[in-house]
Amino acid sequence: MPLGPYASFIVSAYSLVALVVTLLIGWIVLDYRNQTQRLRALEESGVVRRSGRGAVDMP
Amino acid sequence: MSLIDLANPTKFLALTARILPWLAAATAILLAIGLYQSAAAFDDYHQGATVKIMFIHVPNAWLSMFVWGVMSLASLGTLVWRHPLADVAAKAAAPIGAAFTFLALVTGSLWGRPMWGTYWEWDARLTSVLILFLMYLGLMALWRAVEDPSRAARAAAVLTLVGAINLPIIKFSVDWWNTLHQPASVFRMGGPTLDRAFLIPLLVMAIAFTLLFVTLHLAAMRNEILRRRVRSLQMMQASQKAA
Repeated sequence: MPLGPYASFIVSAYSLVALVVTLLIGWIVLDYRNQTQRLRALEESGVVRRSGRGAVDMP
Repeated sequence: MSLIDLANPTKFLALTARILPWLAAATAILLAIGLYQSAAAFDDYHQGATVKIMFIHVPNAWLSMFVWGVMSLASLGTLVWRHPLADVAAKAAAPIGAAFTFLALVTGSLWGRPMWGTYWEWDARLTSVLILFLMYLGLMALWRAVEDPSRAARAAAVLTLVGAINLPIIKFSVDWWNTLHQPASVFRMGGPTLDRAFLIPLLVMAIAFTLLFVTLHLAAMRNEILRRRVRSLQMMQASQKAA
């Protein structure tokens, strides 16, 4: 796939989109892990929701 | 499951757990198809291969405005209907919208340099999108600055609705002012001016990026609900210790 004289602009644009989307996905995945770990730690320390249900559990 | 049921965060979390894997798979498949079609698309007779930047620039530019539109609807939900998930939806969308707007600006700049001879021009379209990006950053800063989520939500909702004035300015800037940026070529009166060879990959990429946004947004909303649970449990723990 020849990209001509402006290949560096095309490759830079696609690479940047791939990088930012990967960072966005990584941030959301890590944030989920972080929040669930914090919730489990709180529940293990004896703090429970008023409903009595686990904060991470699904119905 | 009705819309009323989704007002319950626990039921919303159950729904996201079920549909997120399917949405992620659909996004990956459509992105793969869109990227293949983009790579296989002919060079433009005038722009050459740089037309390939269009397939990532335009979806990001559309999403930069679409996400603010979603946040505006969510802000109405916060201020008018006081829906429990409305401010969660708005807050979760802001960083994703900021990322898409940043990508629209930078990919546009990388497309502009070979085509216009400059990375940046203070014309109406580019400047109004830059303002949109700064508004995203301002909203994110506001949410971080106010500790109480409900107070932050109301202030952010007002700011979001005021900022929505910028959306028609962005859309019609190329018609109202003499700009370096080209006029609309897809969503316009009289139909698209793009050839089908470019229009189809562009639409596939646009749908793929929209699905990507929906997937990331639902996942970020789930994280925000969990973050609020952490906060309320920490407050309960602190009050138990104080008692």
